[in-house]
Amino acid sequence: MNTQDIIKPENKVYARPRLLTENITHYCPGCSHGVVHRIVAELLDEMGLEDKAIGVAPVGCAVFAYNYIDVDWVEAAHGRAPAVATAINRLWPDRVVFTYQGDGDLAAIGTAETIHAANRGENIVIIFINNAIYGMTGGQMAPTTLLGQKTATTPYGRRADLNGFPIKMSDVLAMLDGTCYVTRQAVHTPATVRKAKAALKKAFENAIAKKGTSVVEIVSTCNSGWKLSPADSNAWMAEHMFEKYPLGDIKNV
Amino acid sequence: MAKVKGAVTIDTARCKGCKLCVVACPTDVLGLQPLEVNDRGYHYAYVANPEPCIGCASCAMVCPDACIEVYRVVEK
Repeated sequence: MNTQDIIKPENKVYARPRLLTENITHYCPGCSHGVVHRIVAELLDEMGLEDKAIGVAPVGCAVFAYNYIDVDWVEAAHGRAPAVATAINRLWPDRVVFTYQGDGDLAAIGTAETIHAANRGENIVIIFINNAIYGMTGGQMAPTTLLGQKTATTPYGRRADLNGFPIKMSDVLAMLDGTCYVTRQAVHTPATVRKAKAALKKAFENAIAKKGTSVVEIVSTCNSGWKLSPADSNAWMAEHMFEKYPLGDIKNV
Repeated sequence: MAKVKGAVTIDTARCKGCKLCVVACPTDVLGLQPLEVNDRGYHYAYVANPEPCIGCASCAMVCPDACIEVYRVVEK
């Protein structure tokens, strides 16, 4: 059997998700954002949430998320996505509201909004992309940057005495009574992509069941910011990031 | 014994040549074009060696630009 006989519509096992728009993403080659966008689009389609989902885009690399996933979106001010999501969810309780935030947005500028939205137990899904750097602005130190990691603003590596320690935001949010599900996932191998998708599905189900705030942290790469190739970034992440940010469910009520 | 045969198609205009699919492929089917580039200047991925493909969709799972479609048949 040759390739032409195999490439037929009835044999198709994987195709581009219907809810991804035709726009080519502005992300760098190999960026984890693309993978997360894809699994979010797949999930919203599979769960029939096309008309019910409302996303809140952050400020950061994912600021143009509304150009790529074909559901309703609101663009929030920097860090204020959980606050905007709170308003949307309270005005339209039958909708499924999710925020899509990076570590600079969620763990630095938006720390107060994130913690208080989670503490109030708003029925939203927070998708937290943690790549330990400010990608959009040129690779500066983020609150989640690892000790010793070189960035544009810590050229000799992050020092605890000068820059403080990396914050494990998901562990902080897991301590709050308002969160029902806090998990940390990655998207660097096919197996972890499938696990991340299952975790996101559980988070959306929690939002539909109105169980409280669900937080899905995705430990990601920023190959441009880290000055590595995409494949090397994934290896670097597996070697260094998982030590500080171990994968798995932190809280599941 | 049933034999699984697979094939992939790649949207080369959309591909950014990040090589993650090449790394993820368990049977070394994919490669990056060594010389040719697409309209955006990337050395896009192509099917270098179609025979051993098993249609596992690992390449499509890790593709950040969703440019890979996977087909699979079970030969009896």
